[in-house]
Amino acid sequence: MEGVVAYENDLNLKATELRLGLPGTERNQEQAVSCARNNKRPLPETGDQNGGAKAKSDAPNTPPAPKAHTVGWPPIRSYRKNSLQQPKQTAAESSVMYVKVSMDGAPYLRKIDLKVYQGYPELLKALENMFKFTIGEYSEREGYKGSEYAPTYEDKDGDWMLVGDVPWEMFMSSCKRLRIMKGSEARGLGCGV
Amino acid sequence: MLRMASSFPEEVLEHVFSFIYDDKDRNAISMVCKSWYEIERWCRRRIFVGNCYAVSPPMVIRRFPEVRSVELKGKPHFADFNLVPEGWGGYVYPWIAAMATAYPWLEEIRLKRMVVTDEALELIAKSFKNFKVLVLSSCEGFSTDGLAAIAANCRNLKELDLRESEVDDLSGHWLSHFPDSYTSLVSLNISCLGSEVSFSALERLVGRCPNLRTLRLNRAVPLDRLANILCRAPQLVELGTGTYSAELQPDVFSSLAGAFSGCKELRSLSGFWDAVPGYLPAIYPICPSLTSLNLSYATIQSTDLTKLVSQCQSLQRLWVLDYIEDIGLEALAAFCKDLRELRVFPSEPFAQEPNVSLTEQGLVSVSEGCPKLHSVLYFCRQMTNDALATIARNRPNMTRFRLCIIEPRAPDYITLQPLDDGFGAIVEHCKDLQRLSMAGLLTDRVFEHIGNHAKKLEMLSVAFAGDSDLGLHHVLSGCENLRKLEIRDCPFGDKALLVNAAKLETMRSLWMSSCSVSFGACKLLGQKIPRLNVEVMDERGPPGSRPESCPVEKLYIYRTVAGPRFDMPGFVWTMDEDSALRLS
Repeated sequence: MEGVVAYENDLNLKATELRLGLPGTERNQEQAVSCARNNKRPLPETGDQNGGAKAKSDAPNTPPAPKAHTVGWPPIRSYRKNSLQQPKQTAAESSVMYVKVSMDGAPYLRKIDLKVYQGYPELLKALENMFKFTIGEYSEREGYKGSEYAPTYEDKDGDWMLVGDVPWEMFMSSCKRLRIMKGSEARGLGCGV
Repeated sequence: MLRMASSFPEEVLEHVFSFIYDDKDRNAISMVCKSWYEIERWCRRRIFVGNCYAVSPPMVIRRFPEVRSVELKGKPHFADFNLVPEGWGGYVYPWIAAMATAYPWLEEIRLKRMVVTDEALELIAKSFKNFKVLVLSSCEGFSTDGLAAIAANCRNLKELDLRESEVDDLSGHWLSHFPDSYTSLVSLNISCLGSEVSFSALERLVGRCPNLRTLRLNRAVPLDRLANILCRAPQLVELGTGTYSAELQPDVFSSLAGAFSGCKELRSLSGFWDAVPGYLPAIYPICPSLTSLNLSYATIQSTDLTKLVSQCQSLQRLWVLDYIEDIGLEALAAFCKDLRELRVFPSEPFAQEPNVSLTEQGLVSVSEGCPKLHSVLYFCRQMTNDALATIARNRPNMTRFRLCIIEPRAPDYITLQPLDDGFGAIVEHCKDLQRLSMAGLLTDRVFEHIGNHAKKLEMLSVAFAGDSDLGLHHVLSGCENLRKLEIRDCPFGDKALLVNAAKLETMRSLWMSSCSVSFGACKLLGQKIPRLNVEVMDERGPPGSRPESCPVEKLYIYRTVAGPRFDMPGFVWTMDEDSALRLS
């Protein structure tokens, strides 16, 4: 590109610029870069700072900065980053997690502690015992086949989801209440939606 | 001529000047002649110091003896992103100490990015008998003990605003220090505080302050207490909720909805931490009259966000997470025709892959649909030159345009070209552009466009961009109104800085970090340009212990009439005539 040459000619750079050293001497840009690498003493381990510093001393036009550990990137305030993380942490810390369970047709609701169970099979067994019914067999394609009941739950967004589709941990963090649907509604939910 | 000037009594001139508030106008008046300078300085009531180190407290006090309102800014903007190490400076105490004796009738203090200690707050509380306004924006260094002193002593306090400050939150008890006789509160913003204040103290405070118009609560205020607070302040114009999450209960919902409906003056909402969709309908009745909505803490999804914004036909400002997605922004463009400012923040800033369907298209839609849109902050993961050019043609009235593409140096994702032409279109079409932050893959060409076209540009932020010193040269030589330039991780070295050294005295400040500016060039600048402070920040140790050609880690240059500062920490060195001798 014509850029650099024109820049030197148009500005008469050498005549007007403030320069280091005596007139007539040239500085070597490469020296500047290499000295950064050689003279750097090891930085204290400050997590991001360390990773970020290595990126800084690279010469121009080197590969992109390391992902996710560049200091101050993306440019977001700390309090924003923190506010997005907090809710998940508090849920994990608590030792119990009671949710309401309703069953279509039953006169009153029950409550169970989700943290007591290790996974879906245990939970479903407990529900079967509590409400005296049988849940069918789960398949990803058809939901719960072989029963007129379907276990569902309300998630953080207020949507009613079929129990069993997502990993157990994800279910635990998003389940707000359970509802055992019966009859045509149940079949509607289970039909390959 | 002389006769005419002296035939106007001073009192008349002073009266005329009293109608002029803007700093720039006041500065212009003071330069007309010596007598106007004298008259003006005795009647200036408000001063703004954009860089607290550009001038010293005694100098300000000497020139302006009758000040009632002071605004100071401290750390450079990049301190917001942890690029300025702890202990850098920006201490307000020396200012408070000087003003305590010089301005006993001081009423207002507004600070941004300064270190404020409890001692400073206690000094404010006991020195200024008519103190009315305290705004601490992105400040740090104080605890709730300092706030207790303000609450207990400032009888005429109208405004206490802690926006985005980092407070050592010892307890919420400080709020109870407002005496029962205190009724003058107009604005309270405690949204940055972590701990719980006493809800009954808060309710009583709100209830006895009839002029309260702004109340920004903190996350610790639960949703089921909000209705009571609102019922005590139906005159509120601006509200920040606490946590907006609770088990869905019909009675809680109906009290909340009723309380919101009762607030007929409500125009601005914020807060909404942990928002659950089930409680959003409580605000539907007031949505049509909202002008400002900050949902940037609300982790609700695009369907609910879309439903919400579609009802806010008077909306002028929206801050939201990228959960809104392109589809929500299309709705915004369709329903919110009065929109002036949009900020979209990333919900998962560190994820490599996009978690939501928010692309350049969302911003294009808003630029098409909202004719008054002039201020944008947009985080996304992909962009094209075409999209930027479309936005530029749609919105020549753009004044603030800040784009952040999560991946540094990301090219146009369709053509794989740099985004030079896209940003070139922005500066070419948007002739009144005052502030620009660029993103993506950028060569020296984009700086050529900026230098040629961005004649009104005052603030430019650059990261991971450019090829050579030519880039920096274009900006420094072309942007006539440039006041603040902040650069990180760009291959800019000594040449452009040294050639344009005189330009630096016309600007407020220049920040360069992780660039290629040598220690030698910094020394030269510091020695040759008298009214510049050239500060080198280097955590590797004294710059003099390395070759002169070695690049410095961080460089902060600002104009000043106060000379080098004396409160620098060990990792900051100032380059001036004397220090050159000390450092060699």
